[in-house]
Amino acid sequence: MINMQQRQAQLEQLVDDLLSEAKRQGATAAEAGVSSDSGLSLTVRLGATETIEHTRDNGLGVTVYFGQRKGSASTSDFSPQAIRETVEAACNFARYTSEDPCAGLADAGLMATELPNLDLYHPWDLAVDEAIELATRCETAARDEDERIFNSEGATLISHSGLHVYGNTHGFIGGYPSSRHSLSCAVVGKEGDSMQRDYWYTLSRLSGEMELPELVGKVAAQRTVSRLGSRRVTTQQAPVIFQADVAVGLLRSFIGAIRGSALYRKASFLLDSLDDQIFPGFVNIHEEPHLLRGLASAAYDNEGVATTQRDYISDGILQSYVLDSYAARKLGMQTTGNAGGVRNLRINSGALDLQGLLKKMDSGLLVTELMGQGLNMVTGDYSRGAAGFWVENGEIQYPVEEITIAGNLREMFMGLQEVGTDVETRSSVQTGSWLIDRMMIAGG
Amino acid sequence: MSDLIQIAQDTILAPVGLIETDLDRMLGELTGSAIDAADIYFQSSRLESWVLEDGIIKEGSYNIEQGAGIRAISGDKTGFAYSDELQLPTLLEAAKAARAITRSGAERSVQITGLPTPRQLYAPINPLPSLTETDKVDLLRRVDAEARKQDPRVKQVIVSLVGAQDVVLVAAIDGTLNADVRPLVRLNVHVIAEQNGRREQGSSGGGARKAFDFFLQEERALGYAREAVRQALVNLDAIEAPAGTMPVVLGPGWPGVLLHEAVGHGLEGDFNRKGTSAFSGRLGEQVASSCCTVVDDGTLPGRRGSLNVDDEGTESQCTVLIENGILKGYMQDKHNARLMKVDSTGNGRRESYAHLPMPRMTNTYMLAGETEPDEIIATVDKGLYAVNFGGGQVDITSGQFVFSASEAYLIENGKVTRPVKGATLIGNGPETMTKVSMVGNDLKLDAGVGVCGKEGQSVPVGVGQPTLKIDELTVGGTGQ
Repeated sequence: MINMQQRQAQLEQLVDDLLSEAKRQGATAAEAGVSSDSGLSLTVRLGATETIEHTRDNGLGVTVYFGQRKGSASTSDFSPQAIRETVEAACNFARYTSEDPCAGLADAGLMATELPNLDLYHPWDLAVDEAIELATRCETAARDEDERIFNSEGATLISHSGLHVYGNTHGFIGGYPSSRHSLSCAVVGKEGDSMQRDYWYTLSRLSGEMELPELVGKVAAQRTVSRLGSRRVTTQQAPVIFQADVAVGLLRSFIGAIRGSALYRKASFLLDSLDDQIFPGFVNIHEEPHLLRGLASAAYDNEGVATTQRDYISDGILQSYVLDSYAARKLGMQTTGNAGGVRNLRINSGALDLQGLLKKMDSGLLVTELMGQGLNMVTGDYSRGAAGFWVENGEIQYPVEEITIAGNLREMFMGLQEVGTDVETRSSVQTGSWLIDRMMIAGG
Repeated sequence: MSDLIQIAQDTILAPVGLIETDLDRMLGELTGSAIDAADIYFQSSRLESWVLEDGIIKEGSYNIEQGAGIRAISGDKTGFAYSDELQLPTLLEAAKAARAITRSGAERSVQITGLPTPRQLYAPINPLPSLTETDKVDLLRRVDAEARKQDPRVKQVIVSLVGAQDVVLVAAIDGTLNADVRPLVRLNVHVIAEQNGRREQGSSGGGARKAFDFFLQEERALGYAREAVRQALVNLDAIEAPAGTMPVVLGPGWPGVLLHEAVGHGLEGDFNRKGTSAFSGRLGEQVASSCCTVVDDGTLPGRRGSLNVDDEGTESQCTVLIENGILKGYMQDKHNARLMKVDSTGNGRRESYAHLPMPRMTNTYMLAGETEPDEIIATVDKGLYAVNFGGGQVDITSGQFVFSASEAYLIENGKVTRPVKGATLIGNGPETMTKVSMVGNDLKLDAGVGVCGKEGQSVPVGVGQPTLKIDELTVGGTGQ
């Protein structure tokens, strides 16, 4: 058994070999990433083990530049011969791609020079038997929670550890191990003709920070049972609350609209919006890439550029785009160190919890699930299938399904009334529930 | 021994020095009194992709993967391990890990027999070198030029070209030894058009289990460019889509994503064995109106969703799912078929060696009826005519499904009138299928771009249908 430091040194050597081979084959610049991940995934269903999967994934990728022309190749094979051939394939592509004035590595001066330990690696020394026991406890709690739970899709425990190393011909090389553990449960309930399923999960870099298996099971069962007897509402305009776990999707859509690749392609509804009012004045959205144990923490981005804290929205006003060096050059700007996306994003919460939001809304729709991909990023037009609860006098009245909610994201962002204190922490993009003033609901 | 098995052995086993007796040894490792089934799945795949953007060839990339997945099943328990190192000691270790699902077991010998695969639904080619690099680049540039010359309002064109070859070899303790060599190509065009400050998009594409010259025949690639521009220009004039429940007429071809979501997933064997589908236990019952006959057909020559054999080595077939509205059958892989005491229907598919197989669709479509499409539209006073869609999704337990229209029109007094913005359509699968009141005579299959996701695994699929009318479906627009 080799330890992580030794394994990291091996992967760093691989990256070095890839870069040397690229130069040997005539590339003027190159970058390479190597990852190695292993784990256990198992499912217990109706009290018996259903699947045990041992996972082990390796991957390496290289991008070469011949002046302003670029080629890429990747493989799961780490042998010296594969390295030579992979680089060769990348170089071959660079003979046919076009001169692109914006192509190339990120600027050398922007490379991260300090690589702090962000405490992302907490391997879980978990025997298969222990894992089965945890999943069984979780599923049993779900099945025992309510007599209407009559079937199950099981409880799944996944534990992964991995290493990722990135380097480029500016001389940058960085790598770090990380871990990720999750336990999820999905059960099926029945009442009369109505059959519903729902799920819940816990996720952390550190097994000790996960929710107790029994709690995960209990919440999964409660969520399932609460949907039984769902009906439709009539077509109408009404205020809508997006519960925190689905509000995450709205925040991701905002990030998608200010991402450089969408902007230089003119494929965003937030084109040319820097310094514009996008949200009401109480909204601040902030990125914190160096959070200890954060789900998306990293000291450098996918191009080796140092990551930094950043405000995207201050007092409702757009402060920055999300850029890698390519998009930045296309737009005549500077990279924001976001190659690979945003890292630990958070919108500030107000003073109300979900109950408080329901009271504030008084009458309207609480959305707990969304279906489909009905978002047009070019126009911001939004139309998705939804399920949740109808609310009157600030109280949940009955579960709702087979409806759609529609609007335009620009108007929905400006129509944000309040962000709840019930923050979804299982995501790299974190928010409480959103109360939006008005959307079109289509139903019966 | 069939040619395909020979090709697979030459491609995957020979370069790493594995021979057929090594397969016997690995399978021997997977046998035992408590083991009901076990298999080894070898895969070697190569994929190439090109992207044109802003008029230049921006990206070209190549990926090569190989590995083996080893599975052992005891009752309804599955043990699974995989490796990207095709060395005998590593594979034997993976076999031991997979077999650990049961505590007992004694080695016995396995004799695998290569059954010839008589059918060749597609040529066992590697499509990657089927055009030279220069010709691929030239094709992308011509598609870009074709899109731009359609209309000055076209502001952005992105063209992507992907080719892949997948070689698979399956050996199982039931004696199965089978292989497939699967080519797959795809070309997509995405455009953005602008008019008076308003921007809209359109996209089109196609693909098949063929060589790249598929796109050169019948000006297919240029046709995708024209179609993407046409859609974007239509959307520039689109008004708000209506909101509420109304009659909906779906065009032929790709709108068959309705069937994929509303009935297809709900008829996959795993959900029905577990009793979690809205269609569970309903074989022989009326689940759709009598004008609906729906099949899943993996045997259509050259189509994106077709397979000579599935990923368990079973020959693909045409399975009748619904006949004249009556539920006839489920789609099965070996594991769920055994537990439900039926035969596999050749629907055992997996994304790769690193994923477990499960029942998946191939090409799912509704057979043609007898009505002229115009007659169908003429019966609607006020409703929606939807001809192009993005993706869909289904909750198989409640039966709720959605699919999102990307090109749709109002129907007013029996005539197609104004284009409306994209909107999500939602319904309940079993209920919606009973509301299909008219089926056209114009069955069409999609152009070959479908990707289906299930439990995190993506596989290529096809869909199709004739024009059809649903008396009531909820349309998620913003208009009153």
